[in-house]
Amino acid sequence: MESEYGEMSQGMEIFLDILFLSIPFLVLLLAYVTGKIAEKRHYTRIRVREEQWVNIPAITGKHLPDLPAVASAELVVGSVVVSVDHFKRFLSNFRKFFGGELKSYSSVIDRGRREAILRMKESSPEADLFLNCRLETSSVSKGKGKAVGCAELVAYATAVRFQRPAG
Amino acid sequence: MTLTNLESIPGRTITEHYGLVQGSTIRAKHVGRDLMAGLKNIVGGELKGYTELMREARQQATDRMVEQAEELGANAIINVRYTTTSVSQGAAEMLAYGTAVRCQ
Repeated sequence: MESEYGEMSQGMEIFLDILFLSIPFLVLLLAYVTGKIAEKRHYTRIRVREEQWVNIPAITGKHLPDLPAVASAELVVGSVVVSVDHFKRFLSNFRKFFGGELKSYSSVIDRGRREAILRMKESSPEADLFLNCRLETSSVSKGKGKAVGCAELVAYATAVRFQRPAG
Repeated sequence: MTLTNLESIPGRTITEHYGLVQGSTIRAKHVGRDLMAGLKNIVGGELKGYTELMREARQQATDRMVEQAEELGANAIINVRYTTTSVSQGAAEMLAYGTAVRCQ
């Protein structure tokens, strides 16, 4: 009886050991699945919105040779702070060993930047053109040790509204 | 007050220059936000708390710049630029600067 109880507790112990050992992997798996789904959804959303705004471009130039008469001009800003998910960070450790492009990071920054541009445009729905569009990236925190590593992506431009013919 | 990041204001003429105006703020994120961001960090994606924080900081920097321009008697700021620097871990400086002008 006693030995059986002992065996059972040993079995329990092994089970608990496995459970504890697998927690980091479970977190990684969770991060992978949710991160992947979130990214896919975000890209779909970005594409739809970019299509809506395709006729109102943001340009880096300051002047257009044949600009119609301007009714109003104002500064517009769009920004987003993004961070990389746990799984991608885990993968990047290998990439850092071999060198090369960190594809998982580029996609995060890419969709962050496109989101920033879209937010900038959405903050001025009446605009006809966005002149002198500037993009900027800054790391909000470096993410050493337990700290969160994230970057801010900013887009700003001058939203211009042309004069409408009367009536 | 008209703000623009162009060197002129489209459709208007500049009559007077008042020189450089600037506004800055240093913001730290608070513990609650940091905690949430830590959790969010596992999944990745946007950190809404921080986005909000940076937006507030940028707004404040802009307001300070505008205030300075108003003191000078300007009614527009041209060539506005934003820069961000992380001063220390968990704190960021937001700087807005531009040229104060009077336009018609």
